[in-house]
Amino acid sequence: MGQKVLLSSKEINIILHRLACQLLENHLDFANTVLIGIQPRGTFVAERLTKILKEEYKVKKIDLGYLDITFYRDDFRRGDKTLEATATDINFLVEDKNVVLIDDVLYTGRSINAALAALQSFGRPKEVELLTLIDRRFSRHLPIQPNYRGRQVDAINNEKVKVLWKENDGKDVIYLIDR
Amino acid sequence: MSELSVKHLLGIKYLNKKDIQLIFETADHFKEVINRSIKKVPSLRDITIANIFFENSTRTKLSFELAEKRLSADIVNFSASQSSVNKGETLIDTVNNILSMKVDMVVMRHPNPGAGIFLSKHVGASIINAGDGAHEHPTQALLDSYSIREKLGDVAGKNVVIVGDILHSRVALSNIFALKLQGANVKVCGPKTLLPKHIESLGVEVETNLKNALNWCDVANMLRIQNERLDISYFPTTREYTQQFGVNKKLLNELDKEIVIMHPGPINRGVEITSDVADSDQSIILNQVENGVAIRMAVIYLLASKIK
Repeated sequence: MGQKVLLSSKEINIILHRLACQLLENHLDFANTVLIGIQPRGTFVAERLTKILKEEYKVKKIDLGYLDITFYRDDFRRGDKTLEATATDINFLVEDKNVVLIDDVLYTGRSINAALAALQSFGRPKEVELLTLIDRRFSRHLPIQPNYRGRQVDAINNEKVKVLWKENDGKDVIYLIDR
Repeated sequence: MSELSVKHLLGIKYLNKKDIQLIFETADHFKEVINRSIKKVPSLRDITIANIFFENSTRTKLSFELAEKRLSADIVNFSASQSSVNKGETLIDTVNNILSMKVDMVVMRHPNPGAGIFLSKHVGASIINAGDGAHEHPTQALLDSYSIREKLGDVAGKNVVIVGDILHSRVALSNIFALKLQGANVKVCGPKTLLPKHIESLGVEVETNLKNALNWCDVANMLRIQNERLDISYFPTTREYTQQFGVNKKLLNELDKEIVIMHPGPINRGVEITSDVADSDQSIILNQVENGVAIRMAVIYLLASKIK
């Protein structure tokens, strides 16, 4: 099982800054925009972006929520394992808001499909966009594409993209692992 | 990745500590779901559940039904009074007929202890015991412990007294199993006639003086006198029972700490607790009802994920 570094800490940081600027370009002061990190690992991307936008680009207020999609997934009872949930924490309505869904890796698109279904429980958004740090572009099962992408990767199906974060795993790094 | 150690929920006796922990953690997420404006998730959209009630129930049946609907399961309801059971059909036949219509899970309440266990040995579906005679009522005990955990932070190390008719109560037995499993200290309190012999062997202490019990406890779980199960006279009059084992505001005010009051319902106001106690800030009776839906969603979700 070999692994190679796909993105280093420095590269991740540059990409996050670029993504933050792209969000700024489209949403300016974030007055009618909310960011929603998909649990469990999209939340790290969402938190980093929020931090950059607030501290470096002086956006005063950004609504940030965490969305758990476990109960909306389409593979319930299809695997061997019980799907374990994580917390949802969205203390605002998305009704008429521009929502940016944020995840770390876009692979089959099924998580995003579930997230779109889950989002409906919090109102009818005006518009939904998708931001993803890694886009595995040849692996999609559904017609879902990101509006903002960090890095496009042509990983094949028996490869795995693993994203590590300093606050959770000790360092920022993205690996491509050969299974 | 964790999952339940059991295929059915027949009683707390068959669960381990990790199972209870997993059910509580899953219930936390469902509690968030049922407090949204849209209280429904699609997890169980391809699961069918039969609610089979051979005994009357309002709260439990409603709570299970809501839990199932909020998980998007299809449900069928069956109550014995309007069924072929009255025409002499056996339990296995009744259930097998229902299962032939492609039902995946059965929630059953039955007057006979062990009815769920018996059924689990003879039919293929996943069984949830919603009360079997004087034996167990596992989801009630889970929601009671969950409510204690919510109010006091943890169940371990807490002093809990169960007051009333311990002899006929499935709620008491399931609660004793659940509380002991989580490391709580348990006392039972009631007239000697309504305390089973050898109850100490379950690791609980017996206290016949209510005031002493209340002074000792952090939580008092008040049970209803189940007149429908009392075949003989266990105490002289209801009035005398109330005088000795009823909780009122005056009694609570005399304690040097504020204890938590629970009741599995239905309440007989003025018998086991007075209205001012039932409606006070110390009472978490309505929280128990709310938590009941979240706990049942968690149990159904976790058991359903094992149906292949």
